[in-house]
Amino acid sequence: MLEQITIFLENKPGTLLEVAKKLADGGINIRTLSMADTADYGVLRLIVDDAAKAAEVLKNNGFTANRATVIAVEVPDSSGGMAQILLPLQEAGINIEYLYAFVEKSGHNAVIIFRFDDPPKAYKVLQENGITVVEGEKLYKL
Amino acid sequence: MIHNPEFEMLPRPELEALQLKRLQQVAQKVYNNVPFYKDSFDKAGLKPQDLRSLADLAKFPFTNKQDLRDNYPFKLFAEPMSAVVRLHASSGTTGRATVVGYTKRDIETWSELMARCFAAAGLTNKDMIHNAYGYGLFTGGLGAHYGAEKLGASVIPMSGGNTKRQIMLLQDFAPTAICCTPSYALNLAEQGREMGVDMRALKLRVGILGAEPWSEEMRGEIEDALNIDALNIYGLSEIMGPGVSMECLEGKNGLHIFEDSFLVETIDPKTGEVLKPGEEGELVFSTLTKEAFPLIRYRTRDICRLNLDPCVCGRTHVRMGRVMGRSDDMLIIRGVNVFPSQIEAVMMNVSGVEPHYQLIVDREGSLDTLEVQVEVNDALFAKSGGEIKVLQGIEKKLKKDLKDYLGISAQVKMVAPKTLQRFEGKANRVTDKRKI
Repeated sequence: MLEQITIFLENKPGTLLEVAKKLADGGINIRTLSMADTADYGVLRLIVDDAAKAAEVLKNNGFTANRATVIAVEVPDSSGGMAQILLPLQEAGINIEYLYAFVEKSGHNAVIIFRFDDPPKAYKVLQENGITVVEGEKLYKL
Repeated sequence: MIHNPEFEMLPRPELEALQLKRLQQVAQKVYNNVPFYKDSFDKAGLKPQDLRSLADLAKFPFTNKQDLRDNYPFKLFAEPMSAVVRLHASSGTTGRATVVGYTKRDIETWSELMARCFAAAGLTNKDMIHNAYGYGLFTGGLGAHYGAEKLGASVIPMSGGNTKRQIMLLQDFAPTAICCTPSYALNLAEQGREMGVDMRALKLRVGILGAEPWSEEMRGEIEDALNIDALNIYGLSEIMGPGVSMECLEGKNGLHIFEDSFLVETIDPKTGEVLKPGEEGELVFSTLTKEAFPLIRYRTRDICRLNLDPCVCGRTHVRMGRVMGRSDDMLIIRGVNVFPSQIEAVMMNVSGVEPHYQLIVDREGSLDTLEVQVEVNDALFAKSGGEIKVLQGIEKKLKKDLKDYLGISAQVKMVAPKTLQRFEGKANRVTDKRKI
């Protein structure tokens, strides 16, 4: 399991820059991110090296930032890699709320960050099916 | 044209004598039949008999909108329900609407007054009237309808909405007059043009427009777009509905209040003091002919000026100028009356939003728009785990509730917590960008 920082951002110029600056000032490094956007606002999702500190820094600077539980899964960078992971989840009736992905520095594997409707159950299903879940500690330090 | 010359051209001394006689009767009736008025007169130490001249009315207490709400639904009725043949309710209120009732004779009176309005617009039984005021609890539709029939004109009971169809009937039936809100008149003109219809070539000759404030500039626009005379009509359901006052085609400068049915005063909204004609103040009406729902000194919150100068049309009835604003914070959005407090009440019932909001009222083209900016609740955002659908669910719910409870279509915009302005003392949560 993994902690993600979730930030509510109004859709106007400069708000994202402000987040980046505050995180930089706090010495926080962003591992990966995704942005969900609507016409009026966006929700920025960040995986950083220190989630607790990032949340604190952002909150102290007036941002609406919260921590949420997500799960990172290592996917072989080959044909069928994604399907192999999704099948057991589908069989267990687990729903994906959103996901985003990045490629590890080594370049052999992709990492997909999932938000499931039931994180503990999803975690268990993945474990049982021998799928590599990247724990927070490892990912924060990637 | 004058529908009822006898009453509409009554010399003022006779008119005032008639008003006093009728007012005395109404005061006696409400004192006997409506507990609210008995209490309110008693508290002021007054009896109906203390009304010896029209000037004595200034001593009597006001009736406020809140009094109507407190007596919801029927406690202000002065007739038993068996005598009431029709109910209407004010547009756009949560829970406690203001409900009004009419006896058979009230409907007759109202129809007569609306017929006077149409005649003032130059209409006769040879005309066809396209009535696009909403039919239903709102007084606009049925009020205009009965008046048109009373006049003997042919009425198209169109009601609101379905704009394309309206434009089709405007071409095919070729009505000579239209009743609607001024903004809807502009909307019809715009949409007609988009459909490739020459809206200036329709047979329409006159528009009887009201239910929302509008300006001389807008009159010019409407007259130009539809090639008609655009006349202003005024009314409110508490007092009767449309047909409390109407502009005459001849003068086109202020609305004649039918003073044989309504006694009007203007007051200083702060002190309650009665003002002289010509001074800007809040309109206060006492009904003189209503049976089921008579009111004494009802504060409309509408701000305008009275003009006693003789009019070219020959009517002796006083004219009111355009409504210049309100002494409360009521908004009129596409003809629907709504108070910010009502929007707030709806919002409080939607979990996930903070009680901090801003209302932005604007006009796009000819249509009013309302944007509700509301702060997302931090705890809810935390719980959402970054799922947009949770936030969108709140927006949707809020939008639906505003439509269901208040009848208004609003854009809901979520903003970050603690970003909206905080107020000390009187909050100013409304930004009205409309140019009226």
